[in-house]
Amino acid sequence: MSLKTDAVGKTWGPVVYAVGREKVKEYAAAVGETNPIHLDHEAARAAGHADVVAPPMFAVVYSAPAMGPVIFDPDVAMNFAMMVHGGQEFVWGPLVVAGDEITTNVECKSIEARDGRGFYVFESVSTNQDGETVCTATWTNIVRGVE
Amino acid sequence: MNPGDQIPELRVTPDRFLTVRYAGASGDYNPIHVDEEFAKSVGLPGKILHGLYSMAQVARAAEEAAGGPDKLKRLSVQFRGMGLPEQEIVVTGTVREAGDTTVIDLEAAQGENRIIRNAEAEITA
Repeated sequence: MSLKTDAVGKTWGPVVYAVGREKVKEYAAAVGETNPIHLDHEAARAAGHADVVAPPMFAVVYSAPAMGPVIFDPDVAMNFAMMVHGGQEFVWGPLVVAGDEITTNVECKSIEARDGRGFYVFESVSTNQDGETVCTATWTNIVRGVE
Repeated sequence: MNPGDQIPELRVTPDRFLTVRYAGASGDYNPIHVDEEFAKSVGLPGKILHGLYSMAQVARAAEEAAGGPDKLKRLSVQFRGMGLPEQEIVVTGTVREAGDTTVIDLEAAQGENRIIRNAEAEITA
């Protein structure tokens, strides 16, 4: 199957995610966080934060509603049965705390074939309610069986 | 921290139901992570860990070495071998460059199976 590259340069969003206290605690518990600023809002406040602090990898959660439509976009046309998550990068700005509203935009940066595999690279940029960039993420998906 | 220093190892054993809790927490319900029979039907040994869960363990190791989540400024990883529940994950890291920004090379493995390779973290003092 030859590689369809029409989606390069396409953008999605903005999508707004409201960061909830209990969601941060749920995520922090699931990944095994032990630092109380992620698990206990009183401890977070005592440490000078407005509310529980999202672990940096919580970027996965607040950017997910923006990334979902990208993965399923017919212009992108990824073959899911053959897809693996090949690589991931996050660059973080200020910490995210419960009560923040995070806005995420996504762009398709490149679609390239190498060694019979398709490399799909997307960038998401997430900003908080004060306009600060809290996370820039690069998502690389690899699809086997392309020319 | 100086170049060549090892950061403290992080060890964690995801239990049998971890992938279900992580699916709920993250919103990623891909059946290869939560449905044993489905995973086997597509040629996997069973339910596999979410790559981003394993990456979160690498992030934790880097944050603990740095002294807090606000110190972690960048993390990039490559996903390779598949991680499995009920097997211990060991995250190791070595300082490559020290300075205003410290760069740490990390990897995560279950026994001989290196599930995250070429991880690179940047932390600030």
